[in-house]
Amino acid sequence: MFGLKADWSLDVHERYFTMDDYAGAEPRWCTGCGDLGILTAVHRVCRDAQVEPENTVAVSGIGCSSRLPHYMKTYGFHGLHGRALPVACGIKSRRPDLDIWVATGDGDCFSIGGGHWIHSLRYNMDLTLLIFDNGIYGLTKKQTSPTTPQGFHTNTHVTGALLPPLNPLTVTLGVSNVSFVAQTVDWNAPLLYEIINAAHQHKGTSFVRIVQRCPMYMEQLNQEMQDDPSRMLLLTHDKGVQVDDAVVRMFENHQEHDPSDMAAARAIAQDDSLIPLGVLYHDPDAQRYDELTNVGLNMPMQERVQGLNAALDKFAI
Amino acid sequence: MQVHRLQASAVDQMEIQRKPMTKQSQAIKVVDSLDVRPAVRGGAQRIDEHIVEIVSDSGEGAQKCGQSFGAVSGKMGNGVWTVEIIPAEIQPPERTPDGASGIRIRLGSKYMTNMGDEADLAVAFNEQVLYSRMANGAYKKGTIILLENMWATSPFEEVQEQYRKALLDFEEQGLIVVELPIEKECLKLVSNTRRGKNMFVLGMLCHIYSRDVDKSLAEIARVFSRKGDEVIKANHNLFNAGYAFAREEVEYHYEVPSYTEETEQQTVVLNGNTAIGLGVMASGMEMVSMYPITPATSASHYLADDFHLTGGFVHQAEDEIAAIGFAIGASYAGKTACTITSGPGIALKTEMIGLAVMAEVPLVIIDVQRGGPSTGLPTKVEQGDLLASLYGAPGDSPKVIIAAATIAECFHFVILARKLAESFRTPVIVLTDANLATGVQPIDRPQISEEWFAAPVDQSAWKEGVTAYDWDAQTGLSERPIPGMRGGEYVLTGLAHSRASKIAYDTRSNQEGCDMRSRKMSALAATLNPPDIHGDPQGDLLVVSWGSTLGTIEEAVDNARSEGHKVSSLHLRFLSPIEPGLKEIFNNFKKVMTVEINYSDDPGGPMITGESRRYAQLALVLRAHTLVDVDCWSVVSGHPLQPGQIKDVIIEHLALITGEN
Repeated sequence: MFGLKADWSLDVHERYFTMDDYAGAEPRWCTGCGDLGILTAVHRVCRDAQVEPENTVAVSGIGCSSRLPHYMKTYGFHGLHGRALPVACGIKSRRPDLDIWVATGDGDCFSIGGGHWIHSLRYNMDLTLLIFDNGIYGLTKKQTSPTTPQGFHTNTHVTGALLPPLNPLTVTLGVSNVSFVAQTVDWNAPLLYEIINAAHQHKGTSFVRIVQRCPMYMEQLNQEMQDDPSRMLLLTHDKGVQVDDAVVRMFENHQEHDPSDMAAARAIAQDDSLIPLGVLYHDPDAQRYDELTNVGLNMPMQERVQGLNAALDKFAI
Repeated sequence: MQVHRLQASAVDQMEIQRKPMTKQSQAIKVVDSLDVRPAVRGGAQRIDEHIVEIVSDSGEGAQKCGQSFGAVSGKMGNGVWTVEIIPAEIQPPERTPDGASGIRIRLGSKYMTNMGDEADLAVAFNEQVLYSRMANGAYKKGTIILLENMWATSPFEEVQEQYRKALLDFEEQGLIVVELPIEKECLKLVSNTRRGKNMFVLGMLCHIYSRDVDKSLAEIARVFSRKGDEVIKANHNLFNAGYAFAREEVEYHYEVPSYTEETEQQTVVLNGNTAIGLGVMASGMEMVSMYPITPATSASHYLADDFHLTGGFVHQAEDEIAAIGFAIGASYAGKTACTITSGPGIALKTEMIGLAVMAEVPLVIIDVQRGGPSTGLPTKVEQGDLLASLYGAPGDSPKVIIAAATIAECFHFVILARKLAESFRTPVIVLTDANLATGVQPIDRPQISEEWFAAPVDQSAWKEGVTAYDWDAQTGLSERPIPGMRGGEYVLTGLAHSRASKIAYDTRSNQEGCDMRSRKMSALAATLNPPDIHGDPQGDLLVVSWGSTLGTIEEAVDNARSEGHKVSSLHLRFLSPIEPGLKEIFNNFKKVMTVEINYSDDPGGPMITGESRRYAQLALVLRAHTLVDVDCWSVVSGHPLQPGQIKDVIIEHLALITGEN
């Protein structure tokens, strides 16, 4: 109900929201699914930011990831396969007051929604974009996704996925005006929370790729990485996310990386010998399209009538 | 100066005969009355109407010239309809029939609703472009051609030869060719005639048609206002020179009396796409989300110029799907948004339209139709998207579909569409077409209502215990919560859902949802009146139409009725739900047929039987709707319908009825 601020003043909330206030329907994801941890982290970030549920919108496409809005007690938009981002951008275009989350998957975002992914990054509207990347189509039962490892057996490539997987980080970092790029794994709760929290605080499109377990169809893939943290690289820096030493010690490999250094970010993303975790790139000053689409917002009625008259005058004879 | 004339004296002896129109356009049509005769020098001949064309290579400014001519005529109280002649390429080769670019202006002493039949007078910057117009049946015996003669003395023998041959061809077709040294005259004033010849020609036309010089000079100043005084002055000089040249050297001189007295009623000159743009502004929209597509884009170009005046923003999306998705997002968030597209865009947006139907998101979708299928005829007219709009989506996807019949309706139907979209919580498709998009007409200045700008819903708290889809069982209507409304939190979904917007795969919910969405259409239909009948409410033939063909068809019906034929017409604006009372109206006619610009099988064609014949789109809908044996006549030539052509169709079909009797 209340909290003490750093200056010892008492901050009394008229309304105080607990995690339950953001929790919608009972999740129907599979036991052991990485989505559950992501959902919990999102609830926690919302609670910590004390965003009003009625001013929060969770937007998604289609797929396991995209069920997330149903598990939020906020407004939600569970739309079409691949099309979460245009809808989210449209909402944000004239509603700067709303806090927008986008939940999408590797198929939804990188495959059918590929065009929107690229362009929405460039628009850089203030959205928190979470990609639940399990490397497989789960809801439609084990088809190859753009991030399925080459050789992995799926129902559409029974002798193994034919091509090398897409690298979402290099693609994302190649888009001009990109402003926040981070990567994490679903099974490290403290890191997951810190990265989603940093993404949420960033003003602009925060791209978070969450490497995520699918116990039903991709168990072996991420299990190996879970068992062997030496395959991951923790990025550390003052400008990145800060985690406990205990969390840092979980990872054998660390690298000090300044998130404002695009060239270094691209080099890290390009090197696929290790999975980088942390903030790869952050530019708090990138231009935001939602600050442009807002033009004329709340123009008084009288002014609009005058404007229409002025427009008609140009055609008057 | 030598002004060479061909054929002028042949007009009076011209053999009059009538050829039936077929779907294939005729090179030159012969008409049974000639109102074009050389005027007596010095005095202006009074005429009721004229059709004028200016034809050139692309980039020579013929369209700007014609638009100004039309605007001045409108200001003088004439009825005016102008339509652009647009080549499909940006830079087609010069001096080729395919490169024909220009404009047609129909002006007269009555309200003009269409481009009319053959032209009376044409100004041509070269002879080759006329071939394309002749192939389109744009001219008749006796059409006066004011032809640039610089090609006769071209340094290229080949060009001279082409020119000589063309003169013979035109003579053979009965055109009256007047060769004029337009280039030479313009060179006295400017070094680059590509910038300037058009205003010289405007001056010529303004003398020929006794246009008001002050109004013309004011129009030129308006057109070039952004370019500065020097440019305006140069163009005024060209205009004056052209005017004086025509006075001295062109013997044709007409007067076209105004049909309206000077009144207090203000007039605006708009094309259909500008009218849509202004309609978007007037409807209180805050957002247009679009992707470039011909022939719809010019509406967005206009909005890019002026939308800020009413606080709006044009979002150019990365593709057609994103364009509608963005608009749906804005609308879901309680803002007013629309998307503007054409046929291929409708195809891409279909899944999103289905989502808006399913989730009941108010949305205005404007479809400026063009020729199809596929990429089809991007710059040309067709009414080919009716069935795609009605039935394009999987499953049952009822939505409101209205079609604008006039340029004024392009404006007002956007306002109507927004109101319907919000009242019935549904997408509304507004169909217009390339003919309306490029047609220019003076219309009454709309009287603005503040109501048009009202916000869709207030943001006060949602009523406790009310679900997101609290359908009224009688009407299917429900209120919608908007993000920001406390207590209204729900998750919109494209999946089958319950009243609370929960995913529902049970046996009842999808049936109920489909029932409720369909019921909204019945509820709207119950508010509509039966359509007006143009002509008598009973007779031999009823012509049913929709969209941009209204003016042409009514003109054709009027002409046929003046000859004693028992034909009437009926024009539909609401196509979903369809206007009521049709069966009863149809039963008062011996025969009912649609006239449309979309595909239908010719009933006499090979392999076509009564069973196998594929009908035009509205005809198919009306047959299913009324169980009346509605016939159809339709073309997909890419060309707007013309009154003479439709009158022939009417008479042909009347003859069939008489034959049957």
